[in-house]
Amino acid sequence: MYNPFSLEGKTILVTGAGGGIGRATAVACSKMGAVLVITDINPETLTETLSLLEADGDRKHLMFVADLTKEEDLNEMVAAMPSLDGVVCNAGISKVLPIQFLNAEDMNRIMAINAFAPMYMTQRLYKKRCINKGGSIVYTVSISGVSMVSMGGVMYAVSKNALDAFMRNAALEFAGRNIRVNSVNPSRVKTPLIQNSVYSEEEVAKDLQTYPLKRYAEPEEIANSIIFLLSDAASYITGHALIVDGGKTLS
Amino acid sequence: MEIKEFIQNFAEQFEDTDASVFTPDTVFHDLDEWGSLIGLSIIAMIDDEYGVTIKGDELRTAKTVADVFELVKSKK
Repeated sequence: MYNPFSLEGKTILVTGAGGGIGRATAVACSKMGAVLVITDINPETLTETLSLLEADGDRKHLMFVADLTKEEDLNEMVAAMPSLDGVVCNAGISKVLPIQFLNAEDMNRIMAINAFAPMYMTQRLYKKRCINKGGSIVYTVSISGVSMVSMGGVMYAVSKNALDAFMRNAALEFAGRNIRVNSVNPSRVKTPLIQNSVYSEEEVAKDLQTYPLKRYAEPEEIANSIIFLLSDAASYITGHALIVDGGKTLS
Repeated sequence: MEIKEFIQNFAEQFEDTDASVFTPDTVFHDLDEWGSLIGLSIIAMIDDEYGVTIKGDELRTAKTVADVFELVKSKK
């Protein structure tokens, strides 16, 4: 059957695969026929994701428990990395703080995980030629910082905006090796990152009204957008930030 | 921790509402100036000053400044 969205025969690395969008992406990629290399800082949630991946006789998925902000972990992982056709940089954290309360500790942590870790991982994978020609890199960025800002969201916005700039630079520089680089920019997604938050239920209900589709995304809906960018169906798309926001940025 | 000092820290998050308005019984959600940024600032102030994390829903359920004070105290 004709299916340009298939990931059969592709090996794909997913970071932050222990939960949220990362887990949903890893699972969806496995259903589309890919071999997965998954990584996360948390061994329990990562092992759980591994058990959720669809596998058959020939496909052996790999997992690396790693803190990607640590150089030793990163080097160790890259040294053991098989040839990749796709990379999904998804690991991310958030903390809501008004600018008055900014501090170096929180800022450095968020920048390290959301921006610098994916940048250095990309750099190493590219330099070591771990990514095959025709490969695709996808960053989970956000509409936050790129298309809009919200009260208290400055650290997250700044980190995601940095990643957005990196994505476009990488698209330009990696084109010579026919490696495409894009991002998905979701609005709020039903993940642990937004549950348990400083926003009250009342504020969430009000916020939902600002979405034309009147709901937050399911992680699987972001995963499907990532699959599109990983697949050969997107073979002429590079340097693009795909907004996946239920219409949030329309108004 | 003292409620007097807590009220002072609480009042500092407001721009237009005079500090003298704030007492333990102040129903802060009813203040004209109350809004999401001040709510986030109160949460950040409590984290900074008292090392306690409170959730948006907890702040919403609290009626008076004293309620928030008791909440923080219970989590210390």
